[in-house]
Amino acid sequence: MGVKQKIVILFIMMLLLITAFLTIGADGNWEYVLQRRGRMVAAFILTGAAITYATIVFQTITGNRILTPNIIGLDSLYMLLQTFIVFTFGSLSVVMVRAELNFLLSTILMVGFSFLFYRLLFKGESYHLYLLLLIGFVFGTFFSSLTTFMQVLIDPNEFQTVQNRMFASFQRVQTDLLYVAGAGFILLTAIGMRSRRMLDVLALGRSHAVNLGLDYQRLVRHLLILVTILISLATALVGPIMFLGLLTANVTYEFMRTHEHRWLLPAGMLVGINTLLTGQIIVEHVFTFETTLSVIINFIGGVYFLWLLLRKEKHR
Amino acid sequence: MIFAETLVKKYGGTAVVDNVTASIAQGKMTTFIGPNGAGKSTLLSMVSRLLSRDGGSVSIDGTPMEHVEDKELAKRLSILKQSNEMSVRLSVRDLVSFGRFPYTRGRLTDEDEQIIDDAVAYVELQEIENKFLDELSGGQRQRAFIAMILAQDTDYILLDEPLNNLDMRHSVQIMKVLRSLVDDLGKTVVLVIHDINFASCYSDYIVAMKYGKVEMEGRTWDVIHPEHLKKIYDMDFQVQEVNNQKICVYFS
Repeated sequence: MGVKQKIVILFIMMLLLITAFLTIGADGNWEYVLQRRGRMVAAFILTGAAITYATIVFQTITGNRILTPNIIGLDSLYMLLQTFIVFTFGSLSVVMVRAELNFLLSTILMVGFSFLFYRLLFKGESYHLYLLLLIGFVFGTFFSSLTTFMQVLIDPNEFQTVQNRMFASFQRVQTDLLYVAGAGFILLTAIGMRSRRMLDVLALGRSHAVNLGLDYQRLVRHLLILVTILISLATALVGPIMFLGLLTANVTYEFMRTHEHRWLLPAGMLVGINTLLTGQIIVEHVFTFETTLSVIINFIGGVYFLWLLLRKEKHR
Repeated sequence: MIFAETLVKKYGGTAVVDNVTASIAQGKMTTFIGPNGAGKSTLLSMVSRLLSRDGGSVSIDGTPMEHVEDKELAKRLSILKQSNEMSVRLSVRDLVSFGRFPYTRGRLTDEDEQIIDDAVAYVELQEIENKFLDELSGGQRQRAFIAMILAQDTDYILLDEPLNNLDMRHSVQIMKVLRSLVDDLGKTVVLVIHDINFASCYSDYIVAMKYGKVEMEGRTWDVIHPEHLKKIYDMDFQVQEVNNQKICVYFS
């Protein structure tokens, strides 16, 4: 089976899943159901595609298939912001109630933080990618600690609001936010796709990439910024989903069996979308809403992560 | 010509490469020798822009290296490091195709395919060109990487211990390939080699390094001499002429 056929299969799967998701158990109340579910489908497409795309690019840059962009602490920053707002202004404050304001603030904060972060670290002529990730990881831990600290002090009723934000939610997504995030996403992936062949070279590692004439520092810096904005958009839209990118990126590599990013990236986006759709269908019709999508994704993703680690250990 | 002037690289205050000035003659094979930790690989990495310099300058054909665009430089100078671990799974042919990247930015023409065929044939990997790198022996993998450098078709070819993992037959084969690149195609080849006899039998010039400095440089015939070698390696050598080549005996 060629790579093109595989992409077609993924695409057909997506169409089938979307149809299934929109129609199963609709009970004739079409207008309401289609509108509500259609909005969710749009959110799945955006986040599934954005997170997987960003993860594949990130893993290519770092040359490591068990790392995800979460390591630089964007999720933790998002949670810190949410907790901080509830802690200081209360759960009924305007930023908590008005989703678009929350989205805007979260995105600006996350993107702003990472720009500052990269600016500081890329200042010198040379840097070590892993040092950068490690510092990001330390920041993430710091943010989490602050978050926990505030959550301990918070009123239990208020904590409920914070807790709702800890897991991704696709039901809450608002239509106008989808347009904003969608436009941003299309723009960013289009920019990213222009580097697809350079990504193939980057995957060979730094010394080969430099040897083959890439401006390594510049390229990596640009791609990291791209990755960060994508993750920030997705997180601000639905909330943190930890293991989604890890799961879908690795499934994409296994399924596509190619090193070429012009195939990997589109396939990855489709895998991301299909995973979320499948997960949500399972949540609705197998578990009848007794659990949430992010619990399922994190569970499957977590198990897969362990399997990846153990398999790697065995290979040694 | 590549000219490196007063190059310095420091790690935590200690100079690994200490004020080294060296020139690489055009159209010749130059080999860097010296004990472990002498700074040979570090020097090669700085000359090939893989490593930043703490001082000094490098020029290529009279132009300072930093004034040459990355893309252009990749058509004139190639470098192969000794360890080549990578996370992607590639076939031999995929890897060799990357050598054409500086010219094509990823879109291969028939002419490129021809060059890739030739490079694969040069290192005798035609039969296994569709195998994946992780299925190959160390020597086969090393030859695949050398084929990539050949496909890159640069005037200057820098190789850091290219004979690593190779048995005698393949070492000789690679050295013959490199020699013919110099003799037939006028390329400039720069090597770091540990096997003194390969250096002696194949290279035109030898640069011997020790403690981050150039201990001695010159024509191979002049450098390969028991007294010089003793100074470089702190051990005794016997040098004998076999078929007009100097062979060093140092095993006991």
